[in-house]
Amino acid sequence: MGCLQSLLPSRWSSFRSSFVRFLISVLGVGLLGVPSIGCRPEPRADLIIHNGMEVETIDPHVLTGLPDGRVTGAMFEGLTRYDPETGRAIPGLAHSWDISPDGRVYTFHLRTNAAFSTGEPIRADDVVWSWQRAADPTTAADYSGFFFYVEGGQAIVTGASTNLSGLGIRAVDPLTVEVRLVNPTPFLPDLCGMRIMAVVPRWAVEKYGDQWVRMDPLPCSGAYELLSWRPNDRIRLRRNPHYWDAANVGCERVDVLSGDSPAAALNLYLAGDVDFLIDKVMIPPELNDVLRKRPDFHTFQYLGTYFVRFNVTRKPFDDPRVRQAISLVLDKRRIVERITRLGEQPTSALTPPGTGGYQPPPGLGHNAVLASDASAYAAAMETNRAEAQRLLAAAGFPGGKGFPPFTYMFNAGGGGGSRMHENVGIELQTALREDLGLQMELRPVEWKTYLSDMSRLNFDMIRGSWIGDYQDPTTFLDLFLADSGNNRTGWKNARYDALLAAAAAEPDVSRRFDQLREAETLLVRDEVPILPVFNYVGLFAFDRTKWEGIYANLTDEHPFRSIRRRTGGAAPVRSALSPAAAGTP
Amino acid sequence: MYFLRRFLFLIPLTWVIVTLSFFLVRVAPGGPFDRERRPASPAVERALATKYHLDESLGSQYLRFLGLRWERQPDGSWQRAPGGLIAGDLGLSLKYRNHSVTDIIRQGLPVSLALGGAAFLFALGFGIPLGVYTAVRRGHTGDWLGSLVALLFICIPGFVIGPLLILVFALQTGWFPVGLWGTPRHVVLPMIALGLYFGGRVARLTREGMSQALLSEFVRTARAKGVSELGVLLRHAFPIAVMPVVSYSGPMLADLLTGSFVVENIFQIPGIGVFLVNSSLGRDYTMVVGLVLLYAVLLLVLNLLVDFTYSLLDPRVRHE
Repeated sequence: MGCLQSLLPSRWSSFRSSFVRFLISVLGVGLLGVPSIGCRPEPRADLIIHNGMEVETIDPHVLTGLPDGRVTGAMFEGLTRYDPETGRAIPGLAHSWDISPDGRVYTFHLRTNAAFSTGEPIRADDVVWSWQRAADPTTAADYSGFFFYVEGGQAIVTGASTNLSGLGIRAVDPLTVEVRLVNPTPFLPDLCGMRIMAVVPRWAVEKYGDQWVRMDPLPCSGAYELLSWRPNDRIRLRRNPHYWDAANVGCERVDVLSGDSPAAALNLYLAGDVDFLIDKVMIPPELNDVLRKRPDFHTFQYLGTYFVRFNVTRKPFDDPRVRQAISLVLDKRRIVERITRLGEQPTSALTPPGTGGYQPPPGLGHNAVLASDASAYAAAMETNRAEAQRLLAAAGFPGGKGFPPFTYMFNAGGGGGSRMHENVGIELQTALREDLGLQMELRPVEWKTYLSDMSRLNFDMIRGSWIGDYQDPTTFLDLFLADSGNNRTGWKNARYDALLAAAAAEPDVSRRFDQLREAETLLVRDEVPILPVFNYVGLFAFDRTKWEGIYANLTDEHPFRSIRRRTGGAAPVRSALSPAAAGTP
Repeated sequence: MYFLRRFLFLIPLTWVIVTLSFFLVRVAPGGPFDRERRPASPAVERALATKYHLDESLGSQYLRFLGLRWERQPDGSWQRAPGGLIAGDLGLSLKYRNHSVTDIIRQGLPVSLALGGAAFLFALGFGIPLGVYTAVRRGHTGDWLGSLVALLFICIPGFVIGPLLILVFALQTGWFPVGLWGTPRHVVLPMIALGLYFGGRVARLTREGMSQALLSEFVRTARAKGVSELGVLLRHAFPIAVMPVVSYSGPMLADLLTGSFVVENIFQIPGIGVFLVNSSLGRDYTMVVGLVLLYAVLLLVLNLLVDFTYSLLDPRVRHE
């Protein structure tokens, strides 16, 4: 045997021990992860919502993302909240309000039973302090521009004044809040329901600063309180027992999932692991045709417009005739029928129809939008093409001769509807080449480059879109004010600014809308720094036979509190709440 | 001595990697707070930059990141700015602003490690027997079929296997969950989706090693001495045959632990892979640097570990 062993390059026993040691050491690394796997499945929540991408923050004042807004809206409430059916403001922490005859002073009356989830009552001082915190630029709230409507708000948000008590809100008594406005602002109640105006616990913010939302338990002013938060996994909510309307909150426990992959979200939904797919981005656009036909996938109109920005500071786009010519030849109907495929409406205006009762004016190429059938559409497009060629020739580029090459920039990659932007670009490219003889190059860039080039006006033409925040046309029209940070076209028009200022001061609703319509006509018919393409269509998925309290509305607001299982529907599989499941955030 | 030297060398190497990533991620256009809509005012933008020290010079941001920045206090004394790498603090994520980078790693890394470890076991447990079998049946139908299977698994990427597995074993039969994480049943499908490719590689490596070992002199001697065929295989040929697999294990484990992004995405698993991709897309400076540091250390240590075990396993390998 000894002879044989010396022949072997290594001995079995020593090999075995070292090989085992090797395996153990390598596996040891993997085994570190085993605690992430539990043996018993956690009990299912009453309602599981797939909320799209991971939330960035749940601080209602500093959040910016839609997923953040949805989950935070369940936890924090303001003077008003949104009606799940209409998306308009209904009484929240305030049970009613009075408006002064000039429309500039609102007096809100708080509920006596409004309280944080930790039991502390919510009083007028809490509302005042919350607004002051949100408006304070050192809080660094991106959305604090909504305080411009409030007296003294602009000075505070822009840093011109550091006196927070200069903000036009005061506590008259513990249950009465008075808000003074710069102009009569008929949509103020809608603004008061926004996250930026929600009530937050003063003592928590003062103690923990920016990280107050990690406090456990977190004092919440809304229908739900936070149980746990595991990044990129789920946020777990429980009905807030101290919520003034707790009796009408539909579910005891809600799990809010986050994830990046639309396919995974759809799989979870189809397997019954998700009850409500709330985020359109999480529904694979390739399957739009198929999914639209299912009874549990619902489309609806909401306040969003897809458009193209021109950089009017660059030649030859400084000439309105060039912008008009380009705008006239785009085949918008083809885009909604072949590319987006959710029943979107082509548009020639920026503001979607019916925004707070406002009807936008007909913009450039509106004849094509109106065309009822294919032949009428073809005829309208023919007229528009001829007009476009005439305009381009008048601008000095007959048949596109002498027109410098230019680019169309859009964001690509990173999931969602980014293929869509490319396809829209191709449509535009084709139309410009065939109808006007223009050479446009497509320039796909990743998201942050897109944002950075857009705000530095480093583009010729660029994809744009806007989602309205509240139901009033100014949520769209304010965009193109000369000093708006979101203008991003370089377009400045004194008449446009004057019309919007006049409308802001106008107490009469119909006169106000007339002024806004006149301004929008400048924007979408005469000057066209933007080319409106279509109005977005929302899409979400839930089984109507099992769930109620979810409605389609223009602001895409679907408060969790109203969602409840239909009586008679199958009860969810669920056992008692285990203490292990209620981990700290 | 050799390994001590190599271990000490890891420290400056890690520092170089981290420093490079610190500066590179800041060179990319756009910043963490660029969004579709502008903040309300320049004052808000400034406040945001100040909060996260992005208004400081690159040099002082770097010193702050390392934890080597001294600041003048109101009373005139100098004090080290709190946190920093030397204090084990990677800072707050700039995108997920309510979490620190270490917080996110603490929650996501165990998941990725468990998935990677399971896939590693699966790859070995499925690849080695398949490799041994095909080597023994060399030239026969079994070899042909087995090798084809191994080759198929190498060729079909995870993003094809994953959805297929979900379709068949989750959506149609309901045997396994379609995604998420939490129980052992959640591990099975992603483990297979992640491990199949590596299983195929292991099978091929084992087959080559085994085929050669079976032809060598000492195997013939063992057979001549009357050792049973199974004994020849397991006691004599296997230890030699498995050497290539061992040396492949290091890079394999590293790939499994770091490359699970696609599979995590398909199964919506709350691992760390998603953060690695999203942090660089979102210009989440602190997170990018933190995760690069994590992965660098993981890879370097694993490589060292493999070299070390290799010298233990094979006395012919000596590091001087």
